[in-house]
Amino acid sequence: MSIEVSHIRKFYGTFAALQDVSLRIEKGELVALLGPSGSGKTSLLRIIAGLEVPDSGSIHLNDEDATNATARERQVGFVFQHYALFRHLTVAENVAFGLRLRPRATRPAEAEIRERVRKLLDLIQLDWLGDRYPHQLSGGQRQRVALARALAVEPRVLLLDEPFGALDAKVRKELRRWLRRLHDDLHIASVFVTHDQEEALEVADRVAIMDHGKIVQMGTPAEVYDNPANAFVYQFLGDVNLFHGRAEAESSVSYVRPYELEITRQTETVNGAVLAKVRHIAAAGPAVRLELLREDTGHALEAEISRDRYRELRLSIGDTVGVTARNVRVFAKQ
Amino acid sequence: MATAAIEVPRKSEAGARAIRRDPPLVRWGLTVLALGALGAFIVLPLAAVFVQAFAKGVPAYLAAIREPDTLSAIKLSLLVAGVSVPLNVVFGVAAAWAIAKFQFKGKNVLVTLIDIPFAVSPVVSGLIFVLIFGAQGWFGEWLSDHDIRIVFAVPGIILATTFVTFPFVARELIPLMQSQGSDEEEAALTLGASGWQMFFKITLPNIRWGLLYGVVLCTARALGEFGAVSVVSGHIRGQTNTLPLHVEILYNEYNYSGAFAVASLLSVIAVITLTLKKFLEWKTKEGAK
Amino acid sequence: MSISFKKPSILPGFWPAFSYTVLYLSLIVLIPLSAVFLKSVTSSWAHLWEVVTSPEVVASYKLSFGASLVAGLVSVVVGFLVAWVLVRYQFPGKALADALVDLPFALPTAVAGIALTTLYTEHGWLGRYLAPLGIKVAFTPLGVVVALTFIGLPFVVRSVQPVLADADAELEEAAASLGASRWQVFRLVIFPVVRPALLTGFALAFARALGEYGSVIFIAGNMPMKTEITPLLIVSKLEQYDYAGATAIAAVMLTASFLMLLAINALERRTRRFMVMG
Repeated sequence: MSIEVSHIRKFYGTFAALQDVSLRIEKGELVALLGPSGSGKTSLLRIIAGLEVPDSGSIHLNDEDATNATARERQVGFVFQHYALFRHLTVAENVAFGLRLRPRATRPAEAEIRERVRKLLDLIQLDWLGDRYPHQLSGGQRQRVALARALAVEPRVLLLDEPFGALDAKVRKELRRWLRRLHDDLHIASVFVTHDQEEALEVADRVAIMDHGKIVQMGTPAEVYDNPANAFVYQFLGDVNLFHGRAEAESSVSYVRPYELEITRQTETVNGAVLAKVRHIAAAGPAVRLELLREDTGHALEAEISRDRYRELRLSIGDTVGVTARNVRVFAKQ
Repeated sequence: MATAAIEVPRKSEAGARAIRRDPPLVRWGLTVLALGALGAFIVLPLAAVFVQAFAKGVPAYLAAIREPDTLSAIKLSLLVAGVSVPLNVVFGVAAAWAIAKFQFKGKNVLVTLIDIPFAVSPVVSGLIFVLIFGAQGWFGEWLSDHDIRIVFAVPGIILATTFVTFPFVARELIPLMQSQGSDEEEAALTLGASGWQMFFKITLPNIRWGLLYGVVLCTARALGEFGAVSVVSGHIRGQTNTLPLHVEILYNEYNYSGAFAVASLLSVIAVITLTLKKFLEWKTKEGAK
Repeated sequence: MSISFKKPSILPGFWPAFSYTVLYLSLIVLIPLSAVFLKSVTSSWAHLWEVVTSPEVVASYKLSFGASLVAGLVSVVVGFLVAWVLVRYQFPGKALADALVDLPFALPTAVAGIALTTLYTEHGWLGRYLAPLGIKVAFTPLGVVVALTFIGLPFVVRSVQPVLADADAELEEAAASLGASRWQVFRLVIFPVVRPALLTGFALAFARALGEYGSVIFIAGNMPMKTEITPLLIVSKLEQYDYAGATAIAAVMLTASFLMLLAINALERRTRRFMVMG
């Protein structure tokens, strides 16, 4: 089951939420829509689900035109950001909801529905919570119930809106690995929306990075991280420093990531290094972060060095050091 | 307006924070003053109704209630509420669905228009139906030609009552449905629900306590409405007399114990209303979790 | 990018629900109400003017307006006190007291009317203590004020209570930490937060009082030029089959009601905004 989105446009009043967006997702793929808030990623997901109507463009599911199909007809599994569990139904009733709705002809027998619910609750490891109500569950449990409910109707594609957005950091990490394994078992096309680049890069097969209603780059996590298409993507995927070298064209900007800065003990500008003063040292954690002030331009820089290197350099606040960039990225000014 | 808004005061934090712990003298002084005011303004009138009702003893009380005119007033009041409340329930649900779940132009105007009956004097509410259906009204001649009576008859009372109780259910449901959002309805649709399945399996269960709350307020007002009904009823004993009108007639005939006996029935309804209201406020708060 | 009447939505049922809402609203409320204005223009302006400015009617405006104003103000003071005590203090029977506040909403006005009258006549439970002091309540304008206060009190309490309950204790703590006295905290921090709600409560109570009929007519005594409220004049014109006169007065009252409704809506929006900001 594939998803093909072609030339979708969506306006809210005069605000262009999506401007000519196209992408294709193959069966078995897990794709992340990554972007800052307001970039149009949730609108795109809701349009794929049939929860919102595009102003123009088309949606094909399994190479059939689904542009005018209702949400009900599309048979997509949608997991809402705030879960949207039915508050007056128990966990088991929530999961069974989609099956019990079906007309008699296609509805499984009650015993079979119960069996399927039991299996799904097993799958999400919450079989002991079937009789609870949503408000009695933790956030992570609700999230899994929402997923089980969406899966119960055996959807052709699975869409998740900020699936881990409302959870705390630890639960988030666990759940996203679990989701990856689940997706591999199901082997359907899945799309999830996130604003967390770490999450997208870790879980997805491919990442579509969105900005101002457009997909600015799409590729595997390694591709987008190593070859960012523009300054926005580069900045969005990790911490950056603006890093102007000496020979700088007016029309371009240069960036470097903090861990790509080399720090040396020197007080002279030799070997292409620029001089900077150490302003602050954060020495806790796996790497040591330095806040530096360039002596020539007065700009602040952030550098990340290993603990070993830090001990070697024996740095303290106020020291002057040499800074060289290992991997400067130059982008055209936008 | 405040009549119909769900008032669910948060569990107060009084005493939890030092800043809010007023000196005992202030605390007790104000409490006594406030309770005194509530007692004088609210409890005493209620107590007076029951004391006066039983002033001539229980047998006289029961006789006043069993009087045929009283019984027919009870029947008429129930009939009127039985027609106008369901009408306003259907309207309230439809209006709340359109207003709470959709964005459209002129929504604020519509909400304000729905509030109008709360702002109109009960007397004027009755008058408008006299102007339309009365002998000198728009349809007066046509109606008398066809021998249909609306004003000074039961249909007029029902119309006036429907007008007066018009906003109650809608007013209750609009904020409730707005606060619940549309996520659950959308989820139901993605799971394959039809429009009616979504409404009956998701929306209706979610608003049930709020709906009941609106029905309680609406019914209480329908049974108790006086001004509007007084204008359209014509005060025909045993025929177009609702309970509150019957209270007035007995009172004006100086049959005080009879008037208060009937008034005590209405007061019991009011107390039941308050109890249900409290219970439903607690329930909607539970449901909001 | 069309600017349409309704934003697209995948939820079903907008048009049936919306159409039914507008149809029912028109049939029950809008068309009947328009009758007042349409009927009143069928008689001559001069006659209408004569009716609505006749001495008896003007006296009733003064009474209705004045008594509603006074009752609204009394409701504000007493209602604020009651709301304060219900929100801030714990005492036995608090839940009962809280429930009783709504009694005037639930009690039919005619019942309230005869009950209040009984209390305040010369031999009534309260009247007998007031009479020796030379205070007559029943069958005087003061009686009208008492009845309208009974009706108005819950509006103020129920407007103020949620605002007071939601008020942030940290604001008060901040003020105290900056050196404010208890009275200063109340005057400078609490009162400004509650003020819009008090105003809304007053407006609601006042609007309701202007049109109130059932609870007033028994205690007022309805003496011409002295204790006749405006709604009563509409009724007595109707009883004399003076439809034009009744309609003219009703038109004046409706205009006042609409103005109040607009004012209240504006106030409530402001209160909400204030609460959001606070």
